[in-house]
Amino acid sequence: MIKQPLLLSKVNVVYAIVVGVMAVLPFVLDSRTMTILLTQFCIFAILAMSYDILLGYTGIISFGHAMFFGIGAYTTAIMLSDYGPSIGIFAVSIVVGIVLSAIISVISGALTLRLKSHFYAMFTLAISGLFLVLAEKWRTVTKGNDGFTFRAPELFRERLYFYFLVLICLVVVFILLKRIVASPFGKVLVAIRENEQRTRSLGYKTLGYKIIASVIAGAVASLAGSLYAISLRFVNTSVMTMDITLDALMMTIIGGVGTLIGPIIGAGVIEFAQHYLSGLAREYPIFERWIIFFGILYILAVIFFPRGIVGTVSLRYHEWKLKKGQKTKASVKLREKEIQR
Amino acid sequence: MEPIIKTSNLSIKFGEHKAVDNINFEMSAKHFKSIIGPNGAGKTTFFNLISGELEPTEGDVFFKGLSLRKKSSVERTRLGIGRSFQITNVFPNLTVLENVRLAVQSKRKVRFHMLNHFLKYKEITNEAIGILEQVLLTDKMHQVANQLSHGEKRKLEIGMLLALDTEILLLDEPTAGMSLEEVPAILDVIRSIKERGDKTILLIEHKMDMIIDLSDSIMVLFNGALLADGTPEEIMNNETVQQAYLGGLAYD
Repeated sequence: MIKQPLLLSKVNVVYAIVVGVMAVLPFVLDSRTMTILLTQFCIFAILAMSYDILLGYTGIISFGHAMFFGIGAYTTAIMLSDYGPSIGIFAVSIVVGIVLSAIISVISGALTLRLKSHFYAMFTLAISGLFLVLAEKWRTVTKGNDGFTFRAPELFRERLYFYFLVLICLVVVFILLKRIVASPFGKVLVAIRENEQRTRSLGYKTLGYKIIASVIAGAVASLAGSLYAISLRFVNTSVMTMDITLDALMMTIIGGVGTLIGPIIGAGVIEFAQHYLSGLAREYPIFERWIIFFGILYILAVIFFPRGIVGTVSLRYHEWKLKKGQKTKASVKLREKEIQR
Repeated sequence: MEPIIKTSNLSIKFGEHKAVDNINFEMSAKHFKSIIGPNGAGKTTFFNLISGELEPTEGDVFFKGLSLRKKSSVERTRLGIGRSFQITNVFPNLTVLENVRLAVQSKRKVRFHMLNHFLKYKEITNEAIGILEQVLLTDKMHQVANQLSHGEKRKLEIGMLLALDTEILLLDEPTAGMSLEEVPAILDVIRSIKERGDKTILLIEHKMDMIIDLSDSIMVLFNGALLADGTPEEIMNNETVQQAYLGGLAYD
């Protein structure tokens, strides 16, 4: 019979251990750079997971995801500099950012999600372009291209505390999204990805599901943006640019689309690779152009690992299991499905 | 008795071509009607008009007297018109069970539940398994739909339709492309639905023995128009039908 996964399943135990390791890592390494890098990694992991809800689960390609990240970053930065750097204001700014993102994604979703995928992608690009221009031109609020610095709440000036906050956010978002994708609602999202017309003929109004998915993704991205602003204590228009969207896209694809854990791993790979590749530049000048290596890495990943790291590993694992003949074919297939989701 | 489904002057034009031409038909509840006609007679288009996949250029469809003109295919499904597709149209990368469960979930209106694991809804899974028993797919339950044989996919189609539990079932060539050995199984499934007697069924088929065996009445489409409508005997003895269906008219 089919059973619900246990709370103390093997996978969950592994997750718990990983979180534990990540929590003690800054003490072991004891380096400021490392703590900052880990913080960045967690923030982008949150962003990439939110992107995976769209790309991996609902099958929506958005080129405008940076706009929600930017909305979160600007909301937090502006509120902290205007109303003073307190934890309370910070918390409120996160909520305000999420609400703003939700409203904007409902409006833009209702306008554009009826479109076929590639038209939708173009529209999201246009809308996020609009927000980028807004951030550049609305100088009284955003200080234009140069951006502005602001004071972070006292507590977060200690890098370590802030890292813990971000780590907790990562865990909470992961659990929350994991629940959502395993819910009946999440199953409908996957159905839309697989065959939208068929989903409709089963009696689901797919537009509503797609809008809700984009609201969830937008809200989570906005949270990531708020955290990002605090981590830099500075914000400028770069948070709204296509680069952010592309980062999220690549982290999701390299890690494994439609897995949630994949984007986290993808974020780790990319953040740390970025760090070390640009570090190598001191010895080998060619690495000043580390972006080139990244381009090659991306192309290779898409050609040889279209399922991403997690997808490929779980496939190999199940093939290996199949060979060992430990399980019946049917149950292995089921496990494979569960892991893909 | 009021007809459960009715069309009036139903027509659709693709450019100058009238794919469905002024069809008036009605059907009472719990009736089994088959639609026959040569290829290109507009049978599937007729289904598409009823299920809301296409919009008529003229005329209207009525479900229990209610005009469906402004209703989307989603709303029609929810009202009680379910359909299967001629070209297999399942969720290719989901398991057989998941395919059916999605249909059950829709019928039970578990649509926007976000925070509970889907396996908490045991009754949904159990009902889906029950449906799979009916369409003889229990042993393939955990296979990805992609890996099924053609005949099995057709069974899955019917299973999903059954799971929706709509009053009207539109079956579009359920045995299309199946091997001869696979046909009897589908036939049994359809017969058992009929014998339960709570569904109104419209069936598009080419296999005449199957149609005559199952149908209460048969309608014949030809070049988009309704050529004849009557009991199996009437249709078999109708000369125009014989000409249209068995040669002559069809290929001139």
